[in-house]
Amino acid sequence: MDTTPEQTADQTSTQTMGADPGHRPIPSRITDWFSGRGWQVHPHQQAMVDRADQPATLLIAPTGGGKTMAGFLPTLAELAEGGHDGLHTLYISPLKALAADIKRNLRTPVDEIGLPIRIEDRTGDTSATVRKRQRADPPHILLTTPESLALLTSYEDAARTFAGVQRVVVDEIHALAESKRGDQLMLALARLQTLAPGLRRVGLSATVEDPAAIARLLARHPDPCAILQADPGPAPDIAMLRTDERPPWAGGGAAYAIRAVLDQVKQHRTTLIFHNTRAQAEIFFHNLWLANEDSLPIGIHHGSLDRVQRERVEAAMVRGDLRAIVCTGSLDLGIDWGDVDLVIQIGAPKNVKRLVQRIGRANHRYNAPSKALLVPANRFEVVECVAALEAVRDNDLDGEPRGPGPLDVLCQQILIAACSGPFDADALFAEVRTAGAYATLSRAAFDDCLDFCATGGYALRAYDQWQRLKQRPDGLWQLRDPRSAQRIRMNIGTIQDSETLKVRLRRNRGGKPLGEIEEGFAASLSPGDTFLIGGQIVRYEGLRETVVEVSRDAHRKPKIAVFSGTKFATSTQLSNRILDMFAQGAWPQLPGHTAEWLALQREVSRLPERGRLLIESFPHDGREHICIYGFAGRNAQQTLGLLLTKRLEETGLAPMGFVSTDYATLIWGLDAVIDPAPLFDIDALRDGLDRWLAGNAVMKRTFRASATIAGLIDRNVMGPRKTGRQMTMSSDILYDTLLKYDPDHLTMRITRTEALRGLVDFGRIEEMIARTSGIDLLRLKRVTPLAAPLFLEHGRVPVAGSAEDRLLAEETEALMSAAGLDGALS
Amino acid sequence: MNALQTTQPRTHDFTLAGARLTALPSGALWWAAESLLCVSDLHLCKAERHARRGGAPLPPYETRDTLQRLSDALQATGARTVICLGDSFDDLAAARALPEAERLELTGLMAGRDWIWIEGNHDPGPVDLGGTHLAQLTMGPLTFRHIADPSARGEISGHYHPKAQVKTRLRRISRPAFLLDRDRLILPAFGTFTGGLRSTAPELSRLMRPEALAILTGQSAQPVPMPR
Repeated sequence: MDTTPEQTADQTSTQTMGADPGHRPIPSRITDWFSGRGWQVHPHQQAMVDRADQPATLLIAPTGGGKTMAGFLPTLAELAEGGHDGLHTLYISPLKALAADIKRNLRTPVDEIGLPIRIEDRTGDTSATVRKRQRADPPHILLTTPESLALLTSYEDAARTFAGVQRVVVDEIHALAESKRGDQLMLALARLQTLAPGLRRVGLSATVEDPAAIARLLARHPDPCAILQADPGPAPDIAMLRTDERPPWAGGGAAYAIRAVLDQVKQHRTTLIFHNTRAQAEIFFHNLWLANEDSLPIGIHHGSLDRVQRERVEAAMVRGDLRAIVCTGSLDLGIDWGDVDLVIQIGAPKNVKRLVQRIGRANHRYNAPSKALLVPANRFEVVECVAALEAVRDNDLDGEPRGPGPLDVLCQQILIAACSGPFDADALFAEVRTAGAYATLSRAAFDDCLDFCATGGYALRAYDQWQRLKQRPDGLWQLRDPRSAQRIRMNIGTIQDSETLKVRLRRNRGGKPLGEIEEGFAASLSPGDTFLIGGQIVRYEGLRETVVEVSRDAHRKPKIAVFSGTKFATSTQLSNRILDMFAQGAWPQLPGHTAEWLALQREVSRLPERGRLLIESFPHDGREHICIYGFAGRNAQQTLGLLLTKRLEETGLAPMGFVSTDYATLIWGLDAVIDPAPLFDIDALRDGLDRWLAGNAVMKRTFRASATIAGLIDRNVMGPRKTGRQMTMSSDILYDTLLKYDPDHLTMRITRTEALRGLVDFGRIEEMIARTSGIDLLRLKRVTPLAAPLFLEHGRVPVAGSAEDRLLAEETEALMSAAGLDGALS
Repeated sequence: MNALQTTQPRTHDFTLAGARLTALPSGALWWAAESLLCVSDLHLCKAERHARRGGAPLPPYETRDTLQRLSDALQATGARTVICLGDSFDDLAAARALPEAERLELTGLMAGRDWIWIEGNHDPGPVDLGGTHLAQLTMGPLTFRHIADPSARGEISGHYHPKAQVKTRLRRISRPAFLLDRDRLILPAFGTFTGGLRSTAPELSRLMRPEALAILTGQSAQPVPMPR
């Protein structure tokens, strides 16, 4: 083993590890234990010990590279001789299960070496007694989650709990960095640093496109943060799965590849089969079992399954009982499965970075290449998969840079600070700015958040008597009513649970829990309807209180469960690679059927290019169509469809509907579009967006999330829902009220910002228009090869001039006459 | 008649205990013969009470919004008598702390009208705002009270904030709703910051006869068989 390259971010000077002979010694009891197992301390593990005194270090290492041990080794070394009282190291993981897993893994060396170290975990599952005791008498090493840490910092005795804490290890920081959980964590660390100024920070990350960005998040601003790169190991062995059957023109299930996937499962010890959505995982699993003539043991794992079920699958996996697991992002993180020797990705990966991290789930033994296969779900995804393969080979990872720290999380942080005791606004502002994401926060923005927390921050009327926070004569801020502390603590966290209902088998009492489905989906079921959950077909029997009762029904064709979960949009980098591939003269890297398809498109129309916006216009089936190849990702193309149909309606072109994919939007209507340029006037689109957004369900959903995080709406209390809960008003009413009386309220501004970069993704429409030097409108006689698959896509959106009340009128009349009640009671 | 072409707000007329009544799309009840408008569960000053009790500072605009909608209903009907069917205030302290602007607005609405406050569980006592305060009121064949009495006939009540959900061909639509059978009418909540209780809830199913109707509010008042 030779040197491990070391990169540095920001102010740190570059050094090469290994050139320095002055390694810091690791206590021999620990190295002896390593050698006793035939192990050797990896260079990056030694490097972490060498750097133990640095204020912040980010380690980038592949899964299975002894990353966690690298994070803990300095702690074990420092604690080996005993003598430390109280908390020494905090370990933060995005998953409860991971915290528990690490506790087990850490126990082994600590017990076997006989180190005097107390290790405990603390999550939502920890009992109240233990949690209380942990605050007064913390262990040496506490393993926890960002939410539990935030809660800990909200107690009046936080200063005592965290006095003397030396190190914090943030595991899977790349995953946390992508969400508000990371922002909340970094604000909590800023608080810890105030309580324990000597705190040193370590981040453990999978491969990412921009390590410096993660380093900036991790370090106390403006401390330097060195980046250590562990040996990434051999390049992955990754390819597209060859099948005898051609991929279909559209759709996402990849059912055509079931046999080929089963063959692969047979040839390997253990295979992980990743899907982009839970619904697709369920359908694929179902089809896999129908074709599984050898009855290979295959399981399913996703976030909507009951915890007991998931744990059972995980345990079977650890024992090596399963040959394959059909899964979703719920297996992207953490638990080390050991024996996986093949990863299959069904459907285009949409994002190269996530693909690379998924591939890393295979072959955790050092120096063995990870093996992965991509399975395009349709013909266009063949192109996308090949582009992704090339990106992996070039190590060209994608990622959207995250904006500045979100203000809803900051509002929650201010409330958390108030729970722990009176605070000085200047000092809190300074503390918040030490979190990288908030380094550029303006005082005005901070004051807006403080005002919101204190008085609601309303333009037309303030709560002067019933403020939530009051400023004392000495200038410190405190809770007016101590009862609010309990309420604020109940609402800590940034994870949004969608409204889900538990699903149980109907039996005498309390049948087996199977998982959860969305409330909206449950509401669409009638007794006798069937759906898939956990790979079983179940029959809806009824709703008992808040539990969906079902019975097994293997003989019917399932109505498909719709789960929420984001629809991932193809990243900008991947879209650009596809456009670059289109520019080639020929496509030797593509399978024949796909290359011929592209060649035909070039012959009868043209292929989309970077920098130009191609629009095809053609009649089909008695309607006029335009197909806009924006390559802006599914969410942005969907928004574009909504905005353009609105514009078309205004100009009298009578649009009737549209459908979107990651690369194009197809709109149909009565009249042909002759001059598309005015349609793409960015100001007009933005104006349309404003008006459209105001009443939009996406905005209301985004508002609910942000207003909950900011502390305006109480999070739903976990556990069985009481009927009284139905009396609480919906967040939509708050949204409508603010829209009417106070549209520039802080929570409305946050909502707009969030929606624009989230589901609405207007940013990518703006990007698309900005990079377009011109629009090419081609008038064609018939459907083109590239447009044809859009006709088969699901998710067609009818443009309905008909309002809800008209639909209601239609339906209520039908119901009344069906019930023979036309004239009754009137 | 083709309902699809109706753009005018549609009201729903019905007879209860011989009285000819109209369910308005706003959720108010109109008794034309008596020139009487009845609204229930205004919950004025709800945001105020929430904040006072250590909750989040909700948008403090709901009182003026509720009064504005009440004012619209009064203008449209020209009612001479108004019955507020209980829970008019989110609590009595809130009623006493009604801000000046809203107090003036409310006084303006009350001027020249018989105004009856029925007591509710949230506001079980008189408020210093004029009008008549009653536990319940019987007028002709009808009795107005806050919480339904299962044995009553010809009864108008509120309290439950009923709402009903209808599955249309494009989506499910849930709206505050009147519940009506031959013995009683339950009004939806009129206040802006009020949630609803689904008509499928057991307490509502027990109270209403099997052939009961739910009259959905919105742009039009639209009756359906009460979803259970």
